Amino acid sequence: MAKGVFIVAEQRDGAFRKISFELASTARKLADELGDEVGAIVLGSGVEGIAGELGKYGVDKVFVADDAALEPYTTDAYAAAVEKIVKENDPAILLFGATAQGKDLAARLTGKLATGLATDCTDVKIADGKMVAIRPMYAGKCFGEVVISAFPQMASLRPNVFPAVENAKAGAVTKVDAGLGAVAMKTKVVEVQKDTSGKIDLTEANVIVSGGRGMGGPEGYSILEELANILGATVGASRAAVDSGWRPQTDQVGQTGKVVSPNLYVACGISGAIQHLAGMSSSKYIVAVNKDPEAPIFAKADYGIVDDLFKLVPELAKECKKLLG
Amino acid sequence: MNIVACVKQVPDTEAQIKVKPDGSGIDESGIKWVMNPYDEFGVEEALKYKEKFGGDVTIVTFGPARAMESIRTALAMGADKGIHIDDPSYDGADAYATASVLAAAIKTIPYDVIFCGQRAIDDDSGQVAAILADMLDLPQLTVVTKAESDGKTVKVVRPVEGANFVIEAALPAVVTAQKGLNEPRYASLPGIMKAKKKPVDVKKAADLGVSVESKSKVAKMVPPPARPPGKIISGDEPAAKAAELAKLLREEAKVI
Ligand SMILES: Cc1cc2nc3c(=O)[nH]c(=O)nc-3n(C[C@H](O)[C@H](O)[C@H](O)COP(=O)(O)OP(=O)(O)OC[C@H]3O[C@@H](n4cnc5c(N)ncnc54)[C@H](O)[C@@H]3O)c2cc1C
Ligand SMILES: Cc1cc2nc3c(=O)[nH]c(=O)nc-3n(C[C@H](O)[C@H](O)[C@H](O)COP(=O)(O)OP(=O)(O)OC[C@H]3O[C@@H](n4cnc5c(N)ncnc54)[C@H](O)[C@@H]3O)c2cc1C
Repeated sequence: MAKGVFIVAEQRDGAFRKISFELASTARKLADELGDEVGAIVLGSGVEGIAGELGKYGVDKVFVADDAALEPYTTDAYAAAVEKIVKENDPAILLFGATAQGKDLAARLTGKLATGLATDCTDVKIADGKMVAIRPMYAGKCFGEVVISAFPQMASLRPNVFPAVENAKAGAVTKVDAGLGAVAMKTKVVEVQKDTSGKIDLTEANVIVSGGRGMGGPEGYSILEELANILGATVGASRAAVDSGWRPQTDQVGQTGKVVSPNLYVACGISGAIQHLAGMSSSKYIVAVNKDPEAPIFAKADYGIVDDLFKLVPELAKECKKLLG
Repeated sequence: MNIVACVKQVPDTEAQIKVKPDGSGIDESGIKWVMNPYDEFGVEEALKYKEKFGGDVTIVTFGPARAMESIRTALAMGADKGIHIDDPSYDGADAYATASVLAAAIKTIPYDVIFCGQRAIDDDSGQVAAILADMLDLPQLTVVTKAESDGKTVKVVRPVEGANFVIEAALPAVVTAQKGLNEPRYASLPGIMKAKKKPVDVKKAADLGVSVESKSKVAKMVPPPARPPGKIISGDEPAAKAAELAKLLREEAKVI
């Protein structure tokens, strides 16, 4: 009988990513409702030392596969290692981060474990002893409640949505052999080109300052960069700005870009087309700056200012700097 | 080269989505259906491979009768033939079931590379292609912005948070398209005329010997939570409005 709530933690360069603590805390909550234990799977090379940290966030048992073949991430090695640990421990629920890595891995495991996966969830709960996963669909135009009839019941959780809560548990570490010797590696990572700018990815940012066609050109973004620096924010863009070549594709927010959920989203010179709203309407607070009082973005905004952004944004930067010291 | 592109038909991005009062699904009346935008990139890449290596492009779709339009669109862009699994089990099929059907259809034809979209913009689950790859025991190269091939291998660029992975695999492989991979072509008028005569094999799931077995289901659908009405900060001076906003963000919203 499948039992326990497991997570696949995510680390990079030997440090856990924030999503790992969000996963652990969420798993703790579900496990407490079920009266079960929380298990964590940690994969990588040279990661044994950090494994115990997860205990702080409510993990009872940590399974560590420390293997040179687990660095860098490849679908085959990770999927084989998780499959082995799942088969040995038979968890009822298995949670992933809805990150680039988590999405790639979880989807492959849906096939390998012949089960169901609810992706990019914004809430999970227990009803009648089973997991109910709540996820946005049609890019947030509606929400679906997914239940899974096979085991493990799998879900990937959207980063930045679930709180990371300290709740110390044993975090007892067990080393496991990932058993990769016999696994065929179908892909090879030829190169990892790291972005050295230190920019936080939009999907992980707490604050986003976004600009659209109203920025008038690539130069216009300098005032957003300045505001972003003060707020510790990441700069995003509408598709109009990306398609005009003003900003890279990785900056696009929306139904065919990134779906983001920061604490604060500041939309400057963005009209609020349905495809853009789809990507940012789960932000906790939305600010709109637009010179057109009829712009649809105002209908979604918690705070709106009708003005020329080139006058307003520099003033806002000044005021924020004053407040934040 | 035998090239396959999987195409799903989805509501247009402009569509207002209304949940049925009983929460059983969405109200489909008045929806305009289009090819999933990410699948357009997949079809375009398939056509580029055909131009480079020769061979043909097969479009595979699991969906109701209306989904034939998306196959015709792909054929009008230049694909050669289609397989349409038009089966009532589509309704309620989850990602696992969908991938089983696609895998069964693709097994009936030769394939060297299979293109999918990185996700379908309606259900947004982004997992069918990886499950399909697993079922066919193929490498998966997901969410890629570049996919070069020499005919035997494929080398892709996969952006992840804070890095680009350059990954290589031997063909056959499953590749999923992210925006930026290419610029999808439009169907030309002669293309549209020709598409009408191209062969599409319409099948039932049972013809493929596959039973459509879902592992998950959507118990209920709900509209998004309503946002409380916002505040417009009025005034004449940008500086005064900016000061008011900064104060609200700091003291009321507590987000800066
Ligand atoms: C299949 C499909 C997918 C799409 N996916 C996405 C997506 O993922 N993301 C996305 O963003 N869009 C997407 N779009 C495009 C979307 O429909 C809109 O075209 C786009 O979002 C518009 O961008 P914008 O708001 O920057 O530009 P506009 O709509 O042109 O708005 C510019 C705004 O700036 C304001 N403005 C101009 N100058 C100033 C100034 N000096 N001060 C203050 N305000 C000013 C104007 O009043 C206006 O409201 C998609 C479209 C399609 C068809
Ligand atoms: C409210 C609701 C919520 C749902 N939630 C879930 C869920 O959490 N988990 C789940 O497993 N299922 C879910 N489903 C079921 C979902 O509709 C199907 O599983 C769906 O076919 C697969 O997911 P997707 O459309 O998001 O495809 P994705 O995995 O996002 O699609 C990726 C690519 O696969 C190919 N592809 C996908 N479907 C087809 C097709 N029918 N024909 C041809 N190519 C295709 C396309 O190339 C596409 O770009 C949900 C359905 C509803 C109505």
